[in-house]
Amino acid sequence: MKNRDFIFFVGPSLVAMFVCIAIPLIFVLEQSFFVNKKVYKEVEVESCVAGFTGQICSVEMQTKPQLDEKGEIITQKEFVGLESYERLINFDAVKKAFWQRNFLELENVKFFSALRFTITFCLITLPFVIILGLVIALTVNNLLSSLKGPIIFVSLLPFIITPIIGALSIRWLFVGDGIITAFLEWLTNSNISMFSNSWTLELMMILYRIWHVCPFAFIVFYAGLQTINKEMLESAIVDGANRYHRLRFIIIPHLMPLIVFVSLIHLMDSYRVFEEIVAFSSDAYVISLQWLTFDFLRLDDTGNRYISSASASSILTMIGISILLYPLIKKTWNDYREGKL
Amino acid sequence: MSFLDASNQPFALKAFSTLFILIWCLIACFPLLWITIMSLKLPLDAFDSNFFNVLIGPVTLQLKNGVSIASFLAISLFSIYFYSGRQRLQNYFRGSIGSSKDVTLFLFIFLLYIFCCISILIIFSKFFDAYLGLLGAKIFGFTLDHYHAVWTERGFSLFFKNSLIVTSGVVIISLSLGTLAGYGLARKESSIAFWILIIALIFRALPHSVLVAGYLPFFMKSNAILSPIFGEFAPVLYGQPLAVIVVLVAINQPFTIWLMRSFFQNIPKELDEAARIDGCSHFQAFRKIIIPVMWPGVITTGLFSFMLGYNDYLVCSLLLDGQNQTMVPSITGLFNRDTSTTDEIVAIAAAVSITAPLFFIVLIFQKQIVSGLTAGAVKG
Repeated sequence: MKNRDFIFFVGPSLVAMFVCIAIPLIFVLEQSFFVNKKVYKEVEVESCVAGFTGQICSVEMQTKPQLDEKGEIITQKEFVGLESYERLINFDAVKKAFWQRNFLELENVKFFSALRFTITFCLITLPFVIILGLVIALTVNNLLSSLKGPIIFVSLLPFIITPIIGALSIRWLFVGDGIITAFLEWLTNSNISMFSNSWTLELMMILYRIWHVCPFAFIVFYAGLQTINKEMLESAIVDGANRYHRLRFIIIPHLMPLIVFVSLIHLMDSYRVFEEIVAFSSDAYVISLQWLTFDFLRLDDTGNRYISSASASSILTMIGISILLYPLIKKTWNDYREGKL
Repeated sequence: MSFLDASNQPFALKAFSTLFILIWCLIACFPLLWITIMSLKLPLDAFDSNFFNVLIGPVTLQLKNGVSIASFLAISLFSIYFYSGRQRLQNYFRGSIGSSKDVTLFLFIFLLYIFCCISILIIFSKFFDAYLGLLGAKIFGFTLDHYHAVWTERGFSLFFKNSLIVTSGVVIISLSLGTLAGYGLARKESSIAFWILIIALIFRALPHSVLVAGYLPFFMKSNAILSPIFGEFAPVLYGQPLAVIVVLVAINQPFTIWLMRSFFQNIPKELDEAARIDGCSHFQAFRKIIIPVMWPGVITTGLFSFMLGYNDYLVCSLLLDGQNQTMVPSITGLFNRDTSTTDEIVAIAAAVSITAPLFFIVLIFQKQIVSGLTAGAVKG
């Protein structure tokens, strides 16, 4: 394909991505170094009180936000450097934790507790999703073909459902005397409340995420199983390989690229964990990185939005995802140079 | 001989795997099934801690309506009969509606099924139940009050309209940009194409809140920023469903490009090369040769774009006003009120209403969704 034709086809999409993704990212970087501050002015205010002999007046200086002609508060952009980052990370706390080798204290800094949760969440759900997806794929592959359609249909439901609705449906099973909490209470004969401990909340989020992503892993692995080389398996059986050997030495190596693919997609998506926090109303106990940015961006009780802090936390989130993806992109680049792609 | 042939398995393995799959299917659909049941009951029943009370709903039965055992049995029998005869029905209607599209046919048959079920319910409750004695006694209580409340009192029809605007905009724009780009990238062999794909992959990994942080200040002040260009017609983009489309398209674009590219790679190159030898330009080859055969890929990509637009919570809740939301973000307004259990059931009814279209989409497009999930993966 000639370059001219290539630009014709790819151009619109490239322009869209540049204008709608790259430029906002540059804005975010810029915003993180600036703060919008209200402009204050010293005003002489004369206040008079009716007194015995006449009015008693006093003049005092007050600082008031300056208004423009429409009556809106004037704000001014002010360069603050790394102040927003400092407020987010709290360097002093980091230094202290580092010297005292006491990293648990960092949990008090919102950003680090979000980081801690996001990363443990990614890493704990990953093996469960892969293994459960693989087991379901192997088992379904085993079944009569007439049952496969309905099973795939039912399995797709948790994956296709709106994430926040899926998480809410789990919430309604557990909330208060929800059906599963009631069952667990009956089983253990104790009083359980799933929504007032951070570890039960985290457990529920992890269970929800596994339920939500497993179908994806299952479908991908199931498709991979259909392309397996049958002769190889037959010759393995002739050579006396049992089920475990066939799984270990033929099926898993064959599925390896798919396992990498699913892990990659899962890491990207679970790094963005967010809907669970909203659906389980867990922000008093557990928060995630994306939720932190969301919280800065929405109106708080006093009607402010902390754009600068949000931008700073966005930039840090992005640095995190780049570190996570770096090995993969490097590997893809190497594959490409060696002509494998 | 297949490697895990059902015939040469030990009985224990077979039994175990069947049991495992049954449990998985139960886990997969139970939460959705359960909220559907809850949404049909009065609060007192829906939040009962007893499993059977929620299922049967004694209070709802007393105060509202109910379904009798006889009509329940009749509907179950009818469903089995309908399911087993669906192939014959399809063949029968294929001629008479004059539509060769499987989707229309499927939708038609499904609507027919729903219509028949409702008729059976009404016929039984009006005429038969009174004469059937014990079988005619109503046992499953249900009420549609909460759905009524959601759609009329809570302004859900406005939210539905907004969702419709946002999702259709996202689907149309991302498909038209993504199809062209996917074709170009699939047919170009150079490192530029490779780098574009890698950058798209990085963009795909971006948390959505990062992008919103870039858009939000601009949307709030767009009035002032755009006024040099548009004069006094400069719009405030904050709170406009149409403006949200742009953000969602941006989020969706990297994924669309990847998916379309892998579909185009599956269309043999020889096809458009032959057209080029016959004197077509690249664009003509695309229009005359590729467009007619690319529809399966476009439908699949469209489905995934639809789901992204429809399922989005974060972008819409930040960039739209509380009074003028799309369906998904509006639901937190319903359940976060912390007032009464009725509100909670109304939220559940809203959740079921939001899920219903997705349910039908899986029912109709199962094959396309599966092919979309595996498209990027199986070919590497």
